[in-house]
Amino acid sequence: MLDLSKYQSIGEALKDALDQFANEVCLIEADREREKERLTYREFKARAHPLTQALQHAGFTAGDCASIIMTNQSKWLISAYAIFFSGGTLVPLDYKLTPEEQWQLLRHSGASVLITEYPIWRQLSTSAARTAATKLQTVLVTEAPPNADLAGARRWEEFRGEGEPLFVPRERRDTACIVYSSGTGGRPKGCMMTHENYLEQCVALTSIYPFWPGVRYLSILPTNHAIDFMVGFFGPFTCGAAVVHLRTLRPEFVREAFPKYKITYVSLVPLVLKNLQKGLQARFDALPPGKRKVFNALVAINKAVTKGRPRPGISRRLLKQVHEAFGGELRTIIVGGAFTEPQTLQFFYDLGIPVANGYGLTEAGTAITVNDLRPFRADTVGKPLPGMEVRILNPAPDGVGEVAVRSKTVMSRYLNEPELTAETIVDGWLMTGDLGRFDATGHLKLSGRKKNMIVTEEGKNIYPEDIETVFESLPVKEFCVFAANYIWPKRSMVGEQLVLVLHLEQGQQLTDPLRQDVNTRNNRLLNYKRIHGIVLMDEDFPRTASLKIKRNALAERVAYRDNATAILPL
Amino acid sequence: MRTLEQTTQEVLDLAATHFQLPAGSLAPGDDFFKKLGIDSLQTLEMLSRLENHFGIELPDYEVQGVSDFQTLAERIQSRL
Repeated sequence: MLDLSKYQSIGEALKDALDQFANEVCLIEADREREKERLTYREFKARAHPLTQALQHAGFTAGDCASIIMTNQSKWLISAYAIFFSGGTLVPLDYKLTPEEQWQLLRHSGASVLITEYPIWRQLSTSAARTAATKLQTVLVTEAPPNADLAGARRWEEFRGEGEPLFVPRERRDTACIVYSSGTGGRPKGCMMTHENYLEQCVALTSIYPFWPGVRYLSILPTNHAIDFMVGFFGPFTCGAAVVHLRTLRPEFVREAFPKYKITYVSLVPLVLKNLQKGLQARFDALPPGKRKVFNALVAINKAVTKGRPRPGISRRLLKQVHEAFGGELRTIIVGGAFTEPQTLQFFYDLGIPVANGYGLTEAGTAITVNDLRPFRADTVGKPLPGMEVRILNPAPDGVGEVAVRSKTVMSRYLNEPELTAETIVDGWLMTGDLGRFDATGHLKLSGRKKNMIVTEEGKNIYPEDIETVFESLPVKEFCVFAANYIWPKRSMVGEQLVLVLHLEQGQQLTDPLRQDVNTRNNRLLNYKRIHGIVLMDEDFPRTASLKIKRNALAERVAYRDNATAILPL
Repeated sequence: MRTLEQTTQEVLDLAATHFQLPAGSLAPGDDFFKKLGIDSLQTLEMLSRLENHFGIELPDYEVQGVSDFQTLAERIQSRL
């Protein structure tokens, strides 16, 4: 790994990485069963430099902003490299946003360059929201068909300059990226992330989950997402590792990629992890009784030997078939973006596949805490990463308070939002708006968001996310617990209640047995923590590109209903 | 060569069969997430069935943001 303490910027570190690891494979791109591309670091450089040169010829220079709106692929990383090499600021945007939202953020960020895919540009360029008020001067479009109307854009593949581009140095405190946090409603929150933020985060993360030449990271989470940007680009590149991109994220091709490319790490969101768990569980359940008995015994042995720490070599021998389905090289599944149910984390750990859960937010520079697996703790989000100071502000008698963070990885500010910045970063401490407490061993346990909560008449604070675990594996499509006041605000601090919002499976009814199941689970909670009603929704919950439930958006949708009739009794 | 109407009908029939619904219960303008009550992962599975049926490949970007059968059929038709 490069010694990142010596570097001033992402661009400088990447530049050296391409030379230092010149002969190592850095990118593999596959579309279905076909491998489209395999690049060494040397070949990556040969692709990136003509693009960089052309960008510089077009007037792109230090401090200018360039946005990328693309699905995960080689061209994403090549384009980002060109931007950083030229001293630019990258604005990675979510390709799943609507054209209206994308135009809003392009305008807000002040990007002068946009690099995108033809299908996305087709939608953007014909959108009524397209506006002349942006600062866009250059639009580069990849993989446009031969006779396509480019609507003022230029072809990425033909945008090439002659000669060597000029490396433009930046300082650690300069802005490297403007990252918009998941929420898309209301005013945009552009987190100004400095080069130092990324350099420090990379050192901290790789000290626990190292990369090295030969490691292969499967990049599924969108690269605009802080997690994938770090562990699917900057982290592996500064260590000489390889990133595998799949152009088709159909489950069958994702499954095939593990053994085909001998994947070492992958990042997933909890929804996908849970889906994986369901699939595996179904296969285990289908084993004939004899084999099932043997399998259970092997899992029990694995649990015993991995009690204190993961023992990948032993687990792979004990549970060979399971590990071979994942390629036999998988060290850790990184999970992030939302709360992961402890039961799911434990399921994989018991199979010898540790899941690195953690806690972070864009403003803090990806991760704040990570489970270091020594020992594995399914019920917490781990300990603070090296270099992270984490405090619990105004803790209640049970130790729960707002989580505040101070670190070199914390963003400098929100773009054009001095007041919001002042509210969010107070005396150098980032107020996360999340609530949690530390246990005796220094592991952080989260209790929910600051606003979506209730205070009972006995003065107890209840957090919906805290009690959601009791409903895990409820046989419904999706569920989410809300403070009813969060959905239907009222000017009162008494009589607050929690409601369970259910999205049933197709054709499923809220039958008596299902209601009974909810009641049984509810009764396991202390009485003041129990939900008081059910709200049925007949549509998919809104989710971000990383499949996180957009709680605000869901609450808004539920709020269209009249609470007097929407809340069904238990 | 199929007409768009034929393609649309085949998409509807196939979706109905795949999700075990009575034939004719789906309409071109239906939002398949709502009507079938499926999530994004199940949609991807349905797309694989459609690809096999029509003998085409639908890149992920072609179906990004598509939620009704009519638009889906149009995207398929353009690749036949």
